[in-house]
Amino acid sequence: MKLHEYQSKRIFAQYGIPIPRGEIATTPSEARRIAEELGGRVVIKSQVLVGGRGKAGGIKLAKDADEAEGLAGRILGMDIKGLKVETVLVDAAADIRQEIYLGVVIDRAACRPVLMASAEGGVEIEEVARTNPSAIVKTHVDPFLGLRSYQTRDVAIGIGLARCLWKAFHKIAAGLVECFVGSDASLAEINPLVITGDDGLLAVDGKMLIDDNSLFRHPDLAALRDASEGTWAEAEARRFELSYVDMDGEIGCMVNGAGLAMTTMDLIKLSGGAPANFLDIGGGAKSDKVAAALRIILADARVKAVLLNIFGGITRCDEVAAGILEALQQVETNVPMVARLVGTNADEGRSMLADANLLTATTLLEAAQMAVAAAHGAS
Amino acid sequence: MSILVDKNTRLVVQGITGREGAFHTARMVEYGTKVVAGTSPGKGGAAVHGVPVYDSVSQAVHHTGANTSVIYVPAAGAPDAVYEAVSAGIHLVVCITEGVPVLDMIKVRAFLDQKGARLVGPNCPGLITPGEAKVGIIPGDIVIPGPVGIVARSGTLTYEVMYALTMRGIGQTTCVGIGGDPINGTSFIDCLRLFEADAATEQVVLIGEIGGSDEEQAAAYIRDHVKKPVTAFIAGETAPAGKRMGHAGAIIEGGAGTAAEKIRILRAAGVRVAQHPEQIADLVAASM
Repeated sequence: MKLHEYQSKRIFAQYGIPIPRGEIATTPSEARRIAEELGGRVVIKSQVLVGGRGKAGGIKLAKDADEAEGLAGRILGMDIKGLKVETVLVDAAADIRQEIYLGVVIDRAACRPVLMASAEGGVEIEEVARTNPSAIVKTHVDPFLGLRSYQTRDVAIGIGLARCLWKAFHKIAAGLVECFVGSDASLAEINPLVITGDDGLLAVDGKMLIDDNSLFRHPDLAALRDASEGTWAEAEARRFELSYVDMDGEIGCMVNGAGLAMTTMDLIKLSGGAPANFLDIGGGAKSDKVAAALRIILADARVKAVLLNIFGGITRCDEVAAGILEALQQVETNVPMVARLVGTNADEGRSMLADANLLTATTLLEAAQMAVAAAHGAS
Repeated sequence: MSILVDKNTRLVVQGITGREGAFHTARMVEYGTKVVAGTSPGKGGAAVHGVPVYDSVSQAVHHTGANTSVIYVPAAGAPDAVYEAVSAGIHLVVCITEGVPVLDMIKVRAFLDQKGARLVGPNCPGLITPGEAKVGIIPGDIVIPGPVGIVARSGTLTYEVMYALTMRGIGQTTCVGIGGDPINGTSFIDCLRLFEADAATEQVVLIGEIGGSDEEQAAAYIRDHVKKPVTAFIAGETAPAGKRMGHAGAIIEGGAGTAAEKIRILRAAGVRVAQHPEQIADLVAASM
């Protein structure tokens, strides 16, 4: 789950990390009021869950409250990579002397969180990793010892930080690791961490990703979810606990199991088509979930054919067939469908679908080829 | 011969009274696995499908000599179940549970490494040695004994491959599902090492997917240490960057972990990479 910048920074502040004074606004007049209260120059920052907000014109500096109101009016409602700006953050502008990068992620190969820092702040860390990897200094966090002060000192030295900033840097780095662990994050990033004109450190921008698997123990974080994260179909799928990702092809697919769902997409491409989505109904899905999945797929007007690929194990093919029939009663459609059912109760499932005007296939490759042919015939 | 589980496996089922635990206990018993005990705190003394239930793993080990455990408890309790099993002296723990927080797994891994115990999973289908033991949820009727070792990050995709092999009369020594989480107990390399040392395994099938660098590390290991033929398949060529594809670990981050890169590195290490799952059976048959 992605958090907005303002949400991430508020959480950082709870862990003792200094952030700029600021508030969020949903109207230009609110932005003016906040700018008046802050006084001086302010930054108006669009709050949307995509990168590249600055380049898209979603972050602007205002010299006073008048300008803040005008800029907020232009940024609110703006479309950034398909997302409408509903909220802006109005922050007091920082006196920036230097920008550095500080982040915590999971190092999968080392099975540890890793703290990363770079003197090249303000640019994406992946970009630095490509162009100047030696500029990134890393240290792993032991799950039982936590981050020790010698480690942050090593990192501070590694990025050439002035001695007078070491203590403040340690406080921020230790706070960020604590924040990462305390929030079950998979990413906690301050970019840039600014060295101000008066030798202070300030987290000017923040980003957090929370491990979805941990939300059961973080109801406060779960409540922060932006319902607009992702597309309509992705949000709808989340409601039914389906794993769904939008793609831009013409063949909708419904599969049980993530690896098999990816493979089904790959085989559609191998057969000359393009998948409209990734959809894993999970293990042991009942008919209502299957029906919801099919409704979501059919709601996409670009879908010219649907491929249902079920390898029954815990999932029973007759349950899936019942769900398909249920959905077909609710949604009127003439989109051709190819079903491939193998494994637990596959015969029962196939005979239930016999009257439903579905094409059936035996192998996965054959199913993909039939779906592509059907889609191209329909378009 | 086989790896990890066989006819000497004495299994304890943690969470045996739950819906999944009870259902799969019946399947494992039917298959012929020696399921010697189950645990469910507060329900000791009961029986599930003829298997005695204990309050704790240490009681189960004490009374039945269990040497392997399989975990079906919900995600919030799964790490504790692993700690309990390892502390009771179990050396092989198989965790089927999906949805374990990654920071919990980091602690679990550090604990396992300290104790020298092995975990398979979490978020995995378990493992099966055809004709000897089935530990987990892999359907027993799609495998037959034979010379191919299988190691995979996914569940149903692996069933496809087993089914395709079995349909052609090609059997398996052991099939291991290591799970789709970013941090798990057993890696491709662990299984490759075991298959390479197993006299009955003549060749290995490796089924990977996007995300992380397990496949890349496996490729380097194969190049340097594996003499047996390896056939691979990597799922997720069409997956977009930055999106979690069902499995928590299946995500292309910062341009790393793409299928194309994994396939390139595996091929460079001498691994044959199939274009689709059914083709794996062709490639395996060709080198028999």
